[in-house]
Amino acid sequence: MRATTADREQSATYTYLICLAAWAIPGAGHLLLGRIQKGVTFLVALTLMFLCGLWLQGRLFPVEIRQPLVALAALADMGIGLPFFIARGAGAGAGRVVALTYEYGNAFLIVSGLLNMLVVLDAFDITQGRK
Amino acid sequence: MRTSHVGLMILFALFVSVVFATLMRDDPKQQLRFGAQLFTAFVVGGIALGWILYFFPL
Repeated sequence: MRATTADREQSATYTYLICLAAWAIPGAGHLLLGRIQKGVTFLVALTLMFLCGLWLQGRLFPVEIRQPLVALAALADMGIGLPFFIARGAGAGAGRVVALTYEYGNAFLIVSGLLNMLVVLDAFDITQGRK
Repeated sequence: MRTSHVGLMILFALFVSVVFATLMRDDPKQQLRFGAQLFTAFVVGGIALGWILYFFPL
Protein backbone atom coordinates (compact mmCIF):
# COMPACT_ATOMS: atom_id res chain seq x y z
CA MET A 1 0.00 0.00 0.00
CA ARG A 2 1.36 3.42 -0.93
CA ALA A 3 1.96 6.02 1.76
CA THR A 4 -0.31 9.01 1.44
CA THR A 5 0.99 12.57 1.46
CA ALA A 6 -0.35 13.03 5.01
CA ASP A 7 1.53 9.90 6.15
CA ARG A 8 4.74 11.16 4.62
CA GLU A 9 4.33 14.60 6.24
CA GLN A 10 3.64 12.99 9.62
CA SER A 11 6.70 10.78 9.19
CA ALA A 12 8.87 13.79 8.28
CA THR A 13 7.62 15.73 11.31
CA TYR A 14 8.38 12.73 13.53
CA THR A 15 11.89 12.49 12.08
CA TYR A 16 12.55 16.21 12.67
CA LEU A 17 11.27 15.96 16.25
CA ILE A 18 13.52 12.97 16.97
CA CYS A 19 16.53 14.82 15.50
CA LEU A 20 15.69 17.96 17.49
CA ALA A 21 15.43 15.94 20.73
CA ALA A 22 18.66 14.10 19.89
CA TRP A 23 20.46 17.41 19.42
CA ALA A 24 18.97 19.15 22.48
CA ILE A 25 19.66 16.35 24.96
CA PRO A 26 22.48 13.92 24.07
CA GLY A 27 21.03 10.42 23.66
CA ALA A 28 17.38 11.56 23.83
CA GLY A 29 16.76 10.54 20.20
CA HIS A 30 17.87 6.98 20.86
CA LEU A 31 15.89 6.85 24.10
CA LEU A 32 12.72 7.95 22.24
CA LEU A 33 13.39 5.32 19.57
CA GLY A 34 13.63 2.60 22.21
CA ARG A 35 17.41 2.15 22.05
CA ILE A 36 17.76 2.52 25.80
CA GLN A 37 21.30 1.20 26.23
CA LYS A 38 22.68 3.42 23.48
CA GLY A 39 20.72 6.45 24.65
CA VAL A 40 21.90 6.16 28.25
CA THR A 41 25.51 5.65 27.11
CA PHE A 42 25.40 8.77 24.93
CA LEU A 43 23.70 10.79 27.65
CA VAL A 44 26.30 9.89 30.26
CA ALA A 45 29.43 9.93 28.06
CA LEU A 46 28.72 13.12 26.13
CA THR A 47 27.44 15.08 29.13
CA LEU A 48 30.48 14.04 31.19
CA MET A 49 32.80 14.96 28.32
CA PHE A 50 31.21 18.40 28.06
CA LEU A 51 31.45 18.91 31.84
CA CYS A 52 35.12 17.84 31.75
CA GLY A 53 35.70 20.52 29.11
CA LEU A 54 34.23 23.13 31.43
CA TRP A 55 36.21 21.77 34.39
CA LEU A 56 39.41 22.05 32.32
CA GLN A 57 38.64 25.76 31.82
CA GLY A 58 37.88 25.49 28.12
CA ARG A 59 35.98 28.24 26.35
CA LEU A 60 32.49 28.17 24.88
CA PHE A 61 33.24 30.23 21.80
CA PRO A 62 30.93 33.03 20.66
CA VAL A 63 29.66 33.16 17.08
CA GLU A 64 31.96 35.72 15.47
CA ILE A 65 31.52 35.81 11.73
CA ARG A 66 34.62 38.01 11.32
CA GLN A 67 36.74 35.18 12.74
CA PRO A 68 35.74 32.07 10.76
CA LEU A 69 37.67 29.61 12.95
CA VAL A 70 36.05 30.98 16.12
CA ALA A 71 32.63 30.77 14.45
CA LEU A 72 33.28 27.15 13.44
CA ALA A 73 34.39 26.30 16.99
CA ALA A 74 31.18 27.94 18.27
CA LEU A 75 29.09 25.80 15.90
CA ALA A 76 30.91 22.68 17.10
CA ASP A 77 30.33 23.72 20.73
CA MET A 78 26.61 24.19 20.04
CA GLY A 79 26.41 20.62 18.73
CA ILE A 80 25.94 19.41 22.30
CA GLY A 81 22.56 21.17 22.46
CA LEU A 82 20.94 22.39 25.68
CA PRO A 83 24.01 21.86 27.91
CA PHE A 84 25.77 24.56 25.86
CA PHE A 85 23.03 27.11 26.46
CA ILE A 86 22.63 26.15 30.13
CA ALA A 87 26.39 26.53 30.69
CA ARG A 88 26.37 29.85 28.84
CA GLY A 89 23.41 31.05 30.90
CA ALA A 90 25.17 30.03 34.11
CA GLY A 91 28.25 32.01 33.12
CA ALA A 92 30.43 28.93 32.69
CA GLY A 93 32.82 28.37 29.79
CA ALA A 94 34.48 31.77 29.88
CA GLY A 95 37.81 30.03 29.30
CA ARG A 96 41.10 30.95 30.93
CA VAL A 97 43.76 31.21 28.23
CA VAL A 98 46.65 31.03 30.70
CA ALA A 99 45.38 27.80 32.27
CA LEU A 100 47.53 24.75 31.51
CA THR A 101 44.45 22.79 30.51
CA TYR A 102 42.80 25.49 28.35
CA GLU A 103 43.43 23.75 25.01
CA TYR A 104 42.42 20.38 26.46
CA GLY A 105 39.20 21.95 27.68
CA ASN A 106 38.50 23.33 24.22
CA ALA A 107 39.17 19.92 22.67
CA PHE A 108 36.74 18.23 25.09
CA LEU A 109 34.03 20.86 24.49
CA ILE A 110 34.37 20.91 20.70
CA VAL A 111 34.62 17.14 20.27
CA SER A 112 31.64 16.48 22.57
CA GLY A 113 29.57 18.75 20.31
CA LEU A 114 30.81 17.09 17.13
CA LEU A 115 30.18 13.61 18.53
CA ASN A 116 26.63 14.62 19.43
CA MET A 117 26.12 15.69 15.80
CA LEU A 118 27.12 12.15 14.77
CA VAL A 119 24.64 10.78 17.31
CA VAL A 120 21.91 12.96 15.76
CA LEU A 121 22.77 11.56 12.30
CA ASP A 122 22.58 8.01 13.72
CA ALA A 123 19.13 8.74 15.18
CA PHE A 124 18.10 10.11 11.76
CA ASP A 125 19.29 6.91 10.07
CA ILE A 126 17.27 4.81 12.52
CA THR A 127 14.09 6.79 11.79
CA GLN A 128 14.70 6.22 8.06
CA GLY A 129 14.97 2.46 8.62
CA ARG A 130 18.60 2.30 7.50
CA LYS A 131 19.70 0.69 10.78
CA MET B 1 43.02 18.41 41.47
CA ARG B 2 46.18 17.61 39.54
CA THR B 3 45.96 16.88 35.83
CA SER B 4 48.57 15.44 33.51
CA HIS B 5 48.85 15.47 29.72
CA VAL B 6 48.81 11.67 29.53
CA GLY B 7 45.92 11.44 31.98
CA LEU B 8 43.82 13.89 29.96
CA MET B 9 44.73 12.12 26.71
CA ILE B 10 43.57 8.82 28.21
CA LEU B 11 40.34 10.42 29.45
CA PHE B 12 39.71 11.92 26.00
CA ALA B 13 40.43 8.57 24.31
CA LEU B 14 38.02 6.86 26.73
CA PHE B 15 35.11 9.19 25.93
CA VAL B 16 35.64 9.06 22.17
CA SER B 17 36.03 5.26 22.20
CA VAL B 18 32.85 4.77 24.22
CA VAL B 19 30.78 6.97 21.89
CA PHE B 20 32.21 5.51 18.65
CA ALA B 21 31.84 1.91 19.85
CA THR B 22 28.23 2.56 20.89
CA LEU B 23 27.50 4.24 17.55
CA MET B 24 29.07 1.60 15.34
CA ARG B 25 28.12 -1.67 17.06
CA ASP B 26 24.72 -2.87 18.27
CA ASP B 27 25.60 -5.84 20.45
CA PRO B 28 27.01 -4.85 23.90
CA LYS B 29 29.76 -7.50 23.71
CA GLN B 30 30.86 -6.22 20.31
CA GLN B 31 30.68 -2.65 21.62
CA LEU B 32 33.00 -3.58 24.48
CA ARG B 33 35.44 -5.34 22.17
CA PHE B 34 35.46 -2.58 19.55
CA GLY B 35 35.66 0.12 22.24
CA ALA B 36 38.68 -1.58 23.82
CA GLN B 37 40.38 -1.83 20.42
CA LEU B 38 39.70 1.84 19.67
CA PHE B 39 40.87 2.94 23.11
CA THR B 40 44.11 0.96 22.80
CA ALA B 41 44.72 2.34 19.31
CA PHE B 42 44.14 5.93 20.48
CA VAL B 43 46.43 5.65 23.52
CA VAL B 44 49.21 3.67 21.82
CA GLY B 45 48.96 5.90 18.71
CA GLY B 46 49.10 9.05 20.83
CA ILE B 47 52.18 7.91 22.74
CA ALA B 48 53.88 6.71 19.52
CA LEU B 49 53.17 10.03 17.81
CA GLY B 50 54.51 11.87 20.86
CA TRP B 51 57.78 9.94 20.63
CA ILE B 52 58.07 10.56 16.88
CA LEU B 53 57.61 14.31 17.46
CA TYR B 54 60.28 14.14 20.19
CA PHE B 55 62.87 13.73 17.44
CA PHE B 56 61.59 16.82 15.57
CA PRO B 57 61.78 19.68 18.10
CA LEU B 58 60.25 23.03 17.14
